Amino acid sequence: MIVRMRSAIVALCALWLSASAAWAQAPRELRWGGDAEGGAPFVEADPNDPARVVGFDVEVAGAIAQGLGRVPRFIQVGFTSLDPAAARGDFDIGLSGIEDSPARRARLAVTIPYYEFRELLTVRDTDRDRFRTLADLRGRRVATLGATLAYDLLVAAQAEHGVIPVTYEDDVHPYSDLALGRVDAVLLDYVLAERGVRRNTGLVNQPADMGKGYYVGILSADQAALRDRIDEILREAMRDGRLEAIFRRWDMWNEDQPRLYARILSGRATELVPAAGAPVPDTWEAARRYLPALLRAAVITLVLSCVAMALAIAIGILIASGRIYGSRPLQVVLTGYVEVIRGTPLLLQLFVLYFGLAAVVQLPAFVAALIGLGLNYAAYESEIYRSALRAVPQGQLDAARTLGLTNRQTLTLVRGPQALRLALAPMTNDFVALLKDSSLVSVITVVELTKQTQIFAANIGSWVVPGALCAAIYLAMSLPLARLARRIEQRWHPA
Amino acid sequence: MNALDVRGLQIRRGGRLLVEGLSFTAARGELLAIMGASGTGKTSVLRAIAGLDPVAAGVVQVDGRVGIVFQFHHLFANMTALENVWLAPVHVLKQPRADAERRGRELLDMLGVGGRADARPHELSGGESQRVAIARALAMDPPVLLMDEPTASLDQARRDELAATLRALAAQGRTVVVATHDAEFARAYATRTLRLDTMDARR
Repeated sequence: MIVRMRSAIVALCALWLSASAAWAQAPRELRWGGDAEGGAPFVEADPNDPARVVGFDVEVAGAIAQGLGRVPRFIQVGFTSLDPAAARGDFDIGLSGIEDSPARRARLAVTIPYYEFRELLTVRDTDRDRFRTLADLRGRRVATLGATLAYDLLVAAQAEHGVIPVTYEDDVHPYSDLALGRVDAVLLDYVLAERGVRRNTGLVNQPADMGKGYYVGILSADQAALRDRIDEILREAMRDGRLEAIFRRWDMWNEDQPRLYARILSGRATELVPAAGAPVPDTWEAARRYLPALLRAAVITLVLSCVAMALAIAIGILIASGRIYGSRPLQVVLTGYVEVIRGTPLLLQLFVLYFGLAAVVQLPAFVAALIGLGLNYAAYESEIYRSALRAVPQGQLDAARTLGLTNRQTLTLVRGPQALRLALAPMTNDFVALLKDSSLVSVITVVELTKQTQIFAANIGSWVVPGALCAAIYLAMSLPLARLARRIEQRWHPA
Repeated sequence: MNALDVRGLQIRRGGRLLVEGLSFTAARGELLAIMGASGTGKTSVLRAIAGLDPVAAGVVQVDGRVGIVFQFHHLFANMTALENVWLAPVHVLKQPRADAERRGRELLDMLGVGGRADARPHELSGGESQRVAIARALAMDPPVLLMDEPTASLDQARRDELAATLRALAAQGRTVVVATHDAEFARAYATRTLRLDTMDARR
């Protein structure tokens, strides 16, 4: 026994030694972060081998890794999380069609630009002559990706021309929603615009140049030395035509790029930073500027939560009544509904309702959010009401029956009101939960409190102040509610 | 004609035969006591007459509506005493609310709890609850009134008051059926006594 154990330990040690030797000999990795959801031509899963990623950013990462003598390893990070992930050092460099901006330069180590893009306005073919520029889109919904140069342009156009910016989390749905008529235009860079027009029939890109920007790589601020080495590798790739070859392969080469490369190689790269004249506002100044937008978003959260809760209560009561008083088939159907809703993520339900059903019924985003939250919470409410109804003593029901009350009268006059008192505390809990779950509707373009905070944080490059402000506003909404519920409960259940 | 006619009543509880072959009648103005030790099915017989539980066999005929006062009264917890009384006249008999409320106050006054009209059930004593429950049953003007163990929560003075009330109701021509194990109460006030355990023994 002891002999066998000793030999096992020896074997384990040998294994560990050989593994660590292999690890020491392996070339170092270049961990690079990107969002494969962004898709081609940036980064996407290889259709032939979904475990691999392909795209021009994959090849740029490969060229950088080669120059550093490292092996590239892709790390999936959601697009809107790339900045904080870079700051935390989750990867060595982020490459995913990331735009140069003063805020990024203030918080991160940013490489020289490796690609120049123009912002394009995409509209439906039928609106080609009506909507040529942002000035033609007063009172219209214009879609873009949050925390981008295009978003900043739209916010400026909101003040100047009265357009309504609609932010998406990804760059595919703005174009499909434009084709469906949910928005009237999309403002994004030309790479995305070209792809959007290719994938959706009936869309057209307007020729007017809406502004230009640059793709850069981002590193955490303390990696300036690595950034400088990478800058040198990029310059070399510009000189020897490797970058040109990459962009030609992805059909992205155009006359803007040689001009960009010439400017960079002649040492004038720093002049390229867009809006270099506008200083990055300090955090408190930014907080003061964003507070009205946060409060407006809080109103959206509150209205959305209140109306969705009213819907959930109404439907929940119907489901609970149906499950107690209904026929057997009705009970089976309602039980199935409750189990399906409770057993699947709310996020999935929102996607299906807004994007999945778009071919059948095109719900406005706010309505889809209301219905999604309402139907989801109705399942939970119905369980509360069902157990509350069952908790009303049988004697109360017997008394109602001997007096000649019908089932319906008993429910509305005796059983329901008593059950409501039992249900009040769990209902309040659910409402507070709903208030917070309402943040999920940002995936279907509704800008509520959390989404507005995310935009705020992305623009100033820090979560500390936006996060604290956001938390304070949520608490200001939920705490009085909990107090109110306690008071009602005390009045209804005197000790 | 009898106000209440029970023939061949058979009641099962969880497979056990609780009452078998019970037949009796009660005339208008009669105060009938159903006696028997615990578990002999007194409450079950009342519930069968009130139509609350299904019976295994037998026929129950009632000349009109049956009112019932439960042992634990079962006043509606979400309403005041007065609301308990006018609820059924308004919603079942479709009486105007004002009339039903006035009649409810009269009944509560008659039973000596007029001052408690606006109290909630949890604020009432056992005796007060019982009288509100009687008022609630009487508001529907039933020819037959059933009471389950009415003396259980009452002291001697209250028992005498209750007996006087029940006699007055019988004198109005109502049939009152009381399920009780209180032999003294039955002997003193009932016009007739039915013993479930002796029937059981007779079988």
